[in-house]
Amino acid sequence: MPQTIDEIPPTPINTVDSKTVKTGGWRAFRPVCHYEKCIRCWTCWKFCPDVSISLGEEGPIYDYDHCKGCGICANECPVKCIEMVPENK
Amino acid sequence: MAKLTIPEDELMSPGHMGCLGCGATLAMRYVLKAAGRRTILSIPACCWAVMPGVWPNTCLQVPELYTPFETTGASISGIRAALDATGQNDVNVIGFAGDGGTADIGIQALSGTADRNDDVLYIMYDNEAYMNTGIQRSGSTPIGAWTTTTPVGTTGSWEKSPKKNMVAIMAAHRIPYVATASVAYPEDLIRKVQKALTIKGTKFMHIFAPCPTGWKMDPGLSIKIAKEALSCRAFNLFEIEGGSYKINMKPKKTSLKEYLFKQGRFKHMPEDLINELETDLDRAYDELLRLESLSLERAKVPDA
Repeated sequence: MPQTIDEIPPTPINTVDSKTVKTGGWRAFRPVCHYEKCIRCWTCWKFCPDVSISLGEEGPIYDYDHCKGCGICANECPVKCIEMVPENK
Repeated sequence: MAKLTIPEDELMSPGHMGCLGCGATLAMRYVLKAAGRRTILSIPACCWAVMPGVWPNTCLQVPELYTPFETTGASISGIRAALDATGQNDVNVIGFAGDGGTADIGIQALSGTADRNDDVLYIMYDNEAYMNTGIQRSGSTPIGAWTTTTPVGTTGSWEKSPKKNMVAIMAAHRIPYVATASVAYPEDLIRKVQKALTIKGTKFMHIFAPCPTGWKMDPGLSIKIAKEALSCRAFNLFEIEGGSYKINMKPKKTSLKEYLFKQGRFKHMPEDLINELETDLDRAYDELLRLESLSLERAKVPDA
């Protein structure tokens, strides 16, 4: 990150990967997977707009630093093994 | 472990600025999965102009060029010309613009690109209004929709003109490939992008991308609503290759009213307007079916 105006390039070029930006704070509901019911069809992974689901051994692994809690995974899951839990609980 | 139906390689990073349940984000994710690393994007002012993040961050792992609103078509032509001049012919050039930047503001430059038949792919992700600037109506906003510039209130001045048929406009340019896709069917979307990139000339794709913020609905319903849009004929999946039509999906018809009333932007719609819209959409679908059968017939008869 540049500290002074002289360090800013004349043409702004974005170079830092946005993984450093934490968007998990936007979340009101947290998706929680019940792995015993999961059939590992990866529908949740396929439809995640925040690229916050990775393929785990037992099922989806959530990246809670970036998941915004939209609930698409819970809605699309064919066996309904993903639960949206309020963040304040 | 079930087999993945779409490529695993991820060229879009998390941490982007898209809203919850954003359809446009999914569109970009699938397009990049299909196009691969050797891709240059050109993005005008649209949701995707802000979504990569605040400088110096970017969520895209491919080079991208920000262009003014009306110049996506011209900029991709320019990128292709520069690549040709430097002898790099294995790079995909993709213009990625919203519906406002395509159907209204960018149509002139896009028409020029199609006219020159430059070897580029132009993608319009359609969220049916200028969502980035705060939900103003665009040429692609359907009849009856509420937006901030077509407010309902007591006057009922909701959107009065029909959705602009961009696919027909582009097909009329006689470019080699025109297709529609939906974020609800990523396999179909990825297949179409990959197919388009193998064809030489200007290609156009219309991707249906729900916007929970602007459509006033639950973000978790993005994919469900995109599927429903298809089954109630509000959007059709088809491709036009070399002038012949092919409908990719013919789902059983569901109620248009149900689709509309799931979205807050259509809550006010009177019964007669819904019926009128349903007749319109059915007619458009019948026309597509006719064009498809005509194309099939033509394919059977060899040119005399």
